[in-house]
Amino acid sequence: MNAADYMILELPSREDNVALARVVVGAFAARLDFTLAEIEEIKVAVSEAVTNAVVHGYRESPGVVRIQAHVDDGRLVVSVSDRGVGIEDIAQAREPAFSTVPERMGMGFAFMESFSDELSVESMPGQGTTVRMTKRPQHRTVG
Amino acid sequence: MLKLSFRQDNGWLRASVQGELDVASAPVFRARIQEALDEHQVRRLVLDLRDLTFIDSSGVGAILGRYRQLAALRGEMRVVGVSARIRPVLELSGLGRIVPLERAQGR
Repeated sequence: MNAADYMILELPSREDNVALARVVVGAFAARLDFTLAEIEEIKVAVSEAVTNAVVHGYRESPGVVRIQAHVDDGRLVVSVSDRGVGIEDIAQAREPAFSTVPERMGMGFAFMESFSDELSVESMPGQGTTVRMTKRPQHRTVG
Repeated sequence: MLKLSFRQDNGWLRASVQGELDVASAPVFRARIQEALDEHQVRRLVLDLRDLTFIDSSGVGAILGRYRQLAALRGEMRVVGVSARIRPVLELSGLGRIVPLERAQGR
């Protein structure tokens, strides 16, 4: 990895930092040949991951959300980590319409899955959660 | 940043939503719409999203919450001005199966 190909961003777990995180990753992703629609998808996926860290990971006490992105073999790799409460049951958390908070859709993981090529979730109760997503630009039609 | 402006039109409250609807702005969206519905004393809401530049699942949840609240009061809600930019999120969420979504002209 050379110095121009990665970014690391650490933010306090505040809801108003979610917008900052997605805008920064969206700008970083624009170095690859993504369409504007793909950049929007990346911003939504990052928004969901950072929202989960803020709302769920740090629901008991605030902390730091770490967002890393790099370019690997022409694809974008983004990871969002927290050192919050962790997820007891990852399979359940990834199910659509599962939410521990009222008036939330429980659609976060469904959006991350739909808008990335690959999604992995690592979590340990009491230790925190890391969500990793990859996305490759689709070939544009000429014109 | 989220901006809302309201106008009343034939028994409907029309809310123009401008900016970004996410976890940070959803509480503002909820509170401002509630205030406006109370102030105008209507139960019919049109959400005009043509100037909405970003929405994620928190934003969709906030829209769905307003729909459920109005439905419980036997009110109505419509969503208009859905641009190509936000359409994928609204379609993926399944919101269109619950609330009629009307596309923005020419977008």
